[in-house]
Amino acid sequence: MKSLQELEAIRNRMQGKVDIRKNDAEKRVVVGMATCGIAAGARPVLQAFVDEVATRGLSDVVVSQTGCIGVCRLEPIAEVFMPGQEKVTYVKMDAEKAKRVVAEHLVNGNIVTEYTIGYYEKNNA
Amino acid sequence: MKEIALHIMDIVQNSITANATLIEISLEIESREDTVSVTVKDNGKGMSREMLMHVTSPFVTTRTTRKVGLGISLFKAGAENSGGSFTIDSEEGKGTELSAVYVLDNIDRPPIGDFAGTAHSLIVCNPAIDFVIRVVIDGREDALDTREVRKVLGQDVPLDLPDVSAWLKENLDEVFPSEYVMF
Repeated sequence: MKSLQELEAIRNRMQGKVDIRKNDAEKRVVVGMATCGIAAGARPVLQAFVDEVATRGLSDVVVSQTGCIGVCRLEPIAEVFMPGQEKVTYVKMDAEKAKRVVAEHLVNGNIVTEYTIGYYEKNNA
Repeated sequence: MKEIALHIMDIVQNSITANATLIEISLEIESREDTVSVTVKDNGKGMSREMLMHVTSPFVTTRTTRKVGLGISLFKAGAENSGGSFTIDSEEGKGTELSAVYVLDNIDRPPIGDFAGTAHSLIVCNPAIDFVIRVVIDGREDALDTREVRKVLGQDVPLDLPDVSAWLKENLDEVFPSEYVMF
């Protein structure tokens, strides 16, 4: 393993600043990563969320994974939890859509309506 | 599953569900032996002898929402279709270890895929779990152990912080060079 000094530098820079994450005002993205999700292409979606959040330095966003969300035919699925708001479920995701959700929903607070499960069900009934 | 790395992602979900706190993923490419070997070992709750005997069947699952579970059966089939082999061992209260060996030079062996990206997502999305990512390519071994990373970072700086996430990705790209993605 290389550049442990670099890691020490990160620690020194971050100590004292990370308390912000400990309160409940945290934004959360959860991607369904069961066999169904992975086979449908959930890994690039998860990676896009992880990379985009790191690139933009969004320390108030937590990306995590879960098992089968239950609507396998609409995988890859990502759920976004914003503090004080109802959960938003995005379906048929891909890496590009994930980047847009980060920019518009997680950063600017605007739901990307056309990727939501509600919009999909209404237009593909 | 199109890549070996996707199987790994899938199998590790089982370890997470089994409440593992340490997951060791090992990938070995040995051209002289004509093999690609994958081992996933966890310290989760393990499973009973009875479950272990039936777990590679697609009609066995612990989930309650439906009666099929394809993860382990697909992993096994993938390895065996390339002329390789598959083993699983587990002990209740101790953990589970799965190992798949693929024949390297076989048309039915899937490419390794984005192993570094898979390991990165797993680490960053499960910051409470420790991972050992070990890669051996023709005898040259490299590894990343999040317990060592944690030792440097201390308790207050989590692994999923953007800067740490970027550092992890850089190191994982060294552990598993990108020229092996389509290998």
